[in-house]
Amino acid sequence: MLKAADIGKVTVLEFKSAVNTDAAKKISKLLLLPFIGLTLFIFLWHVASQNIDTSLGQFPGPVQVLEQSSVLVDEHFAEREKAEAFYQRQQERNEARLAQDPTYDAKIRDYTGKSTFLDQIWTSLYTVMVGFLIASLIAVPLGVLCGLSQNAYAAINPLIQLFKPVSPLAWLPLVTMVVSALYVTDDPLFSKSFLTSALTVSLCCLWPTLVNTAVGVSGINQDLVNVSRVLTLNKWTHIIKIVLPSSIPMIFTGLRLSLGIGWMVLIAAEMLAQNPGLGKFVWDEFQNGSSESLARIMVAVLVIGMIGFALDRIMLAIQRHVSWDKSVALR
Amino acid sequence: MSIALSLAVGSTITPSSIAADVGWPEKEELKFGFIKLTDMAPLAIAYEKGYFEDEGLYVTLEAQANWKVLLDRVIDGQLDGAHMLAGQPLGATIGFGTKADIITAFSMDLNGNAITVSNDIWKQMKPLVPHENGKPVHPIKADALKPIVEKYQAQGKPFNMGMVFPVSTHNYELRYWLAAGGIHPGYYAPHKGDITGQLQADALLSVTPPPQMPATMEAGTIYGYCVGEPWNQQAVFKGIGVPVVTDYEIWKNNPEKVFGVSKGWADKYPNTHIRVVKAMIRAAMWLDENNNKNRSEAVKILAKSQYVGADYEVIANSMTGTFEYEKGDTRDVPDFNVFFRYNATYPYYSDAIWYLTQMRRWGQISDAKSDDWYKDIAKKVYRPDIYAQAAKALIAEGKAKASEFPEFTNESGFKPAQTHFIDNIVYDGSKPNAYLEQFKIGLKGSQQP
Repeated sequence: MLKAADIGKVTVLEFKSAVNTDAAKKISKLLLLPFIGLTLFIFLWHVASQNIDTSLGQFPGPVQVLEQSSVLVDEHFAEREKAEAFYQRQQERNEARLAQDPTYDAKIRDYTGKSTFLDQIWTSLYTVMVGFLIASLIAVPLGVLCGLSQNAYAAINPLIQLFKPVSPLAWLPLVTMVVSALYVTDDPLFSKSFLTSALTVSLCCLWPTLVNTAVGVSGINQDLVNVSRVLTLNKWTHIIKIVLPSSIPMIFTGLRLSLGIGWMVLIAAEMLAQNPGLGKFVWDEFQNGSSESLARIMVAVLVIGMIGFALDRIMLAIQRHVSWDKSVALR
Repeated sequence: MSIALSLAVGSTITPSSIAADVGWPEKEELKFGFIKLTDMAPLAIAYEKGYFEDEGLYVTLEAQANWKVLLDRVIDGQLDGAHMLAGQPLGATIGFGTKADIITAFSMDLNGNAITVSNDIWKQMKPLVPHENGKPVHPIKADALKPIVEKYQAQGKPFNMGMVFPVSTHNYELRYWLAAGGIHPGYYAPHKGDITGQLQADALLSVTPPPQMPATMEAGTIYGYCVGEPWNQQAVFKGIGVPVVTDYEIWKNNPEKVFGVSKGWADKYPNTHIRVVKAMIRAAMWLDENNNKNRSEAVKILAKSQYVGADYEVIANSMTGTFEYEKGDTRDVPDFNVFFRYNATYPYYSDAIWYLTQMRRWGQISDAKSDDWYKDIAKKVYRPDIYAQAAKALIAEGKAKASEFPEFTNESGFKPAQTHFIDNIVYDGSKPNAYLEQFKIGLKGSQQP
């Protein structure tokens, strides 16, 4: 009995001392401090919103934003039900017409109702991923080329310097005109607005990947290059076995930057061009001028922020996974 | 009640509802653009009540950023058609702004606009307005604004006002009202490359998109504006301005918006076009049915975020037949928004010609034109023939009565001379040049600014 109690005491003590040291620091760093930061922010936001009066009513505080976010989710499910009914009616209508006109080529068209907030999130995510993929497919090979050959780098560098600082808002009119002029089909696979958004994202998020890849490739350890020479590896094997693996950390640094820029660019492009996505949602709400508009915009702002954060974390996780030097602190 | 009910479930599928009287639609998936204003209602109603689907059309409605984007997208085919300012198809056809062949077979509504001034301007205007029983006597004329504009001019400050587009109804209404009160709103001179419309102006008019009007006025950039609803009532609700005159008082039952499509589109898809007009006529009928009985339901639909999206109360204020001037001064204006009665949906040539006369009056058309020219342009753009086909199909299907439409066989497309203008000038659409001669301010004959 006594022994058991002693053991109990010891463990409690040990636990306490453990709490007081490492684990405590970890917990406070991981949870407590962010929690304090967030609470403080929400409190300040709440106070500030009480004191800002706009022509659309009071600036939305945390409570209104929470309310509107649940309204937006409800709207999504209500719209899904309407879509069900729409497909049902369409089917019946098609059958009725087929009965009258057997030559009719009946097809099921997409729901024509409004895109809800959740639909818009999906559209934006999909668009940014496609734009980012296009950019990466161009930037990585081009970056490798620039890193391997001084001449190629000298030729391409002026272009990089010239186009890197260009804002998406400047590219957008050009991309829009080119897409609408060149992409002419009767049964388009993608909508023009999707292509415009995706290409604008590509144009803007090409550069960090390109520059970082070039720097990564040109900075390969000379020992590795020498090994490759000794083994007389041909060009392709050299690139695949030596160049790519050793420059992967830098490539990913570039990709991470690119994705961050792409996400910001996309929202701006959607707002400006009225292309579907979160940017359009924000602009539409602003145009509505309803007393709930500002709260709904605030929901979108927070979601845009959270998605941007999540995308960055995902890229970071991939970067950690592929990086061979685990000692480098990545944040 | 039974009519309302059968309309409410208008999507009940019977073979006749997609009958081939008009011929099957050549294109079934359509995208129409609109601007967030209450007069886009026929589009929203035709969609929500299933009238488009009854015609075998699957329509997507898409809000557009501004009138220019909307017109450009109709021209380049991204949109199949759109809610347009009545002046847009005409302006495009004569090449003021973008040049393109746009036609209309459906007029969307009558009235629906107002002119609002900021609180500060109203404070200065109010003592100059005649009063009765403590309330201002309507219509308020621009005579009351004139001394204020002169004061600004004497101080060397420009008197800025907003309208929504150079060929907008609002531009012409604001100009009409100002000029009737002796304030010169300025000329356009496209032959000299001047398309700002501010030559010789007392009041400087500039373009501001409708939803941004109240905010722009609140910021002090403009002192007043002419715009459609809900942006005048919004100013009242927010306490930032006072609507002084509605367009109903400037010109009783004036034509406002039209449904425009490009000529190429109409030629390529004639059956689709007729079916679209059919659905929209039904929507307009529903909106005006039983003395506006359906209006509160219509307001609920318009208040949805994908359509106008403003608060129910703000939209309801004008849509249900009242209009609030100065805060608390609510008056009955049963015809503030007319969608079907008085043949509102029929595309009259004389309506088109009125817009052309105003384009000439303010210099957007820089040279003198013959009366026949006005008629020819009107006939090129306004297409009552297509409207008549749609209306006849509806009559045949028992969805409308012949008595609700003009008599198509005798209809000349010209309304009898119209008298209800704020300056008492009479408008006869068959004599545009003689009409222009009557104005004190404005170009006439072969004058150029």
